[in-house]
Amino acid sequence: MYAYDEIDRTLVNERVSEFRDQVKRRLSGELTEDEFKMLRLQNGVYLQLHAYMFRVAIPYGTLATKQLRALAHVARKYDRGYGHFTTRQNIQFNWIKLAELPDALEDLSKVGIHAMQTSGNNMRNVTSDQWAGVAPGEIEDPRIWSELIRQHTTLHPEFSFLPRKFKIAITASDHDRAAIKIHDIGLRLIKNEKGETGFEVLVGGGLGRTPFIAKTIKHFVHGRDILSYIEAILRVYNQYGRRDNIYKARIKILVHELGIEKFSREVEEEWQHIRNSSLQIDDEVIEDIRSRFTYPAYEKLPHMPDELRQAAADPDFEAWRKNSVAPHKVQGYSIVTISLKPIGKPPGDATAEQMDALADLADKYSFGEIRVGHEQNLALPHVAKRDLPALWKALDKLDLATPNVNLITDIIACPGLDYCSLANARSIPIAQELTRRFANHELANLIGRLHINISGCINACGHHHVGHIGILGVEKNGEEVYQITIGGRADESAALGNLIGPGVKFDEVADVVEDIVEAYLALRERPEELFMDTVKRLGVEPFKERVYATR
Amino acid sequence: MPLVNGGKIADDSFVKLAVDTPLPEGGDILVPAERFVGEAEALLKRAGKVGVIWPNNRDIDELVPYLGKVAAIALVFPTFRDGRAYSQARLLRERYNYRGELRATGQVLRDQFVFMLRAGFDSFEVKKQADAEAFMQSAKRYSVFYQPTGDGRITALHRRMQLRHSEGVGT
Ligand code: HEM
Ligand code: SF4
Repeated sequence: MYAYDEIDRTLVNERVSEFRDQVKRRLSGELTEDEFKMLRLQNGVYLQLHAYMFRVAIPYGTLATKQLRALAHVARKYDRGYGHFTTRQNIQFNWIKLAELPDALEDLSKVGIHAMQTSGNNMRNVTSDQWAGVAPGEIEDPRIWSELIRQHTTLHPEFSFLPRKFKIAITASDHDRAAIKIHDIGLRLIKNEKGETGFEVLVGGGLGRTPFIAKTIKHFVHGRDILSYIEAILRVYNQYGRRDNIYKARIKILVHELGIEKFSREVEEEWQHIRNSSLQIDDEVIEDIRSRFTYPAYEKLPHMPDELRQAAADPDFEAWRKNSVAPHKVQGYSIVTISLKPIGKPPGDATAEQMDALADLADKYSFGEIRVGHEQNLALPHVAKRDLPALWKALDKLDLATPNVNLITDIIACPGLDYCSLANARSIPIAQELTRRFANHELANLIGRLHINISGCINACGHHHVGHIGILGVEKNGEEVYQITIGGRADESAALGNLIGPGVKFDEVADVVEDIVEAYLALRERPEELFMDTVKRLGVEPFKERVYATR
Repeated sequence: MPLVNGGKIADDSFVKLAVDTPLPEGGDILVPAERFVGEAEALLKRAGKVGVIWPNNRDIDELVPYLGKVAAIALVFPTFRDGRAYSQARLLRERYNYRGELRATGQVLRDQFVFMLRAGFDSFEVKKQADAEAFMQSAKRYSVFYQPTGDGRITALHRRMQLRHSEGVGT
């Protein structure tokens, strides 16, 4: 966990007081809606279909239990008793009153949580691997660097009015859980031949209307130079990024239009001017940040405790354990993923009661720490294996033990027409119907790893482009129509999905997904061949045939 | 439009010239970039200060040869959403060591003052009278800054180091 000090707290308090003043000026009419819009966006406040929506940052997805309780408190006191975890390590509240927002922010600031730059055309919340610091084999805890970059980019005077939003994601593992290739800047922590820590830097990824997979701009940037390198990229983007057309304003378009070689030359030239400036980070600074991340006092525990051996007799427990429990870098411990995808419910929602109860469980079983991942699930990062059976029982009571992580019902979905003013189609009801269709765990397990992603419009908040099966809602003649893609992925081998054919109606989506899955089961060479591998081997055609032959 | 200079509401000694306004005999003038670049020699010879209005999509490098001679540079925020002039300001101050007046013009509102001060602006054509009056109060809104810029304010990272070292001395 990162501990805020007085300096960080002061900044957050100053921000809250500024926003309180801004809201006051808006309510009195001193600020026009146009003037206020930018200011509220910089504080995570959207005007949505029904009400103001409030997005709170969970930097690099790490939460302390008191922070999760504060989020529960906001859900209860200012909203309708629940919150929605998003694909960007944020939580959103859908029903907050503008006049109460400063109070909600103030309540959150007491536990070191803020909503700075969770929307607007600035540097967004820095995201990272939800298993950071506990994943076996990672180079080092990427959150140290995430925090350094979070600080550097918070209220940055030059980059708070960029052409468009800007997102950085960091991973330190071979298996990329942070989806760095679909971010404006993706950072992969690596070591060079001399054993020094640095980054492979990728740039220009993103989804939305024009999706791109990020390209490598530099194979190695030393850790001490990472701030100046990022600053150089941003400065080039701020100057040359398009502002004439909102759809072409993201850095991915600039990189695409200039070409990665020309773009990287521009960045390199800018970087040479600033790399030896005060932006260079000395080891002392890194050590200071490192020292403020504390790690649990792990016990020496057996690899296979008796409790686990005994519980293995219970098939329900085993189904959950196999699905939700991952290896930890310390022997005797596990990482537990908590599915926020119960059958029939909106993906990513958690009630205030669930959040509070989960905080209690994290205190009891996970050294007071919770993680949030981009798949809209949570995780407990340090659970002793002997506690797994007890934890499972407790989670089950909270409806938080659905054994579907990474299976077909672990669906990522944006809010779509139910909440979002930009939506063309519903997302949540599609997700709900699909979870019902594939509720049978045996079947889901037989299918294996398969990610379905759903967005209610071209903005791609549900990451449909990178879903193994992607579902995009569009509008056609006043009707909701859904385009289906297959073969996308957001991990280290990130790829965009391919369209299988014409869009289908709302009522047909679940049938079509069933057809695709049946085709896969018939086509796979052996049970271990995952959906993605079959698609890669055979392409779209056989799936297209199966889906459209009878329609 | 009130002008804030050196933290206070001040009179604007500069008269803004268009591309084709006849040159006044004396007095301080602010000239659009294209006219300035075209007539620099003549403009700089006359009595009175000369400043230039530099658009946010014109390369600042072009202005560099004149930096020792201009009295003011006015950068432009066509909307408050367009932040290009922040980069230009930092380049002028930090890379090219420009020390004259650096003026923010266009959509300049109270909520940008801190960002502008940090980027190196010291003069502001403020849209609203009330915002101009609230200048000092807005400018002091923040006491903590996470990133180094040319305004010389100490960053959080370095303040922590200082605190740590001063604690170290006591123990
Ligand atoms: C409810 C209000 C929301 C609004 C108004 C909104 C708006 C947008 C817009 C306009 C974009 C496209 C930006 C661009 O390409 O330039 C976008 C992208 C995105 N949104 Fe949302 N969004 C909302 C909610 C969400 C939610 C709930 C999630 C997560 C479940 C989310 C996650 C994302 C992500 C990950 C992207 C990035 C796609 C990319 O990389 O281009 N958003 N959003
Ligand atoms: S993808 Fe579209 S519908 Fe879904 S949340 Fe984003 S903007 Fe709204």
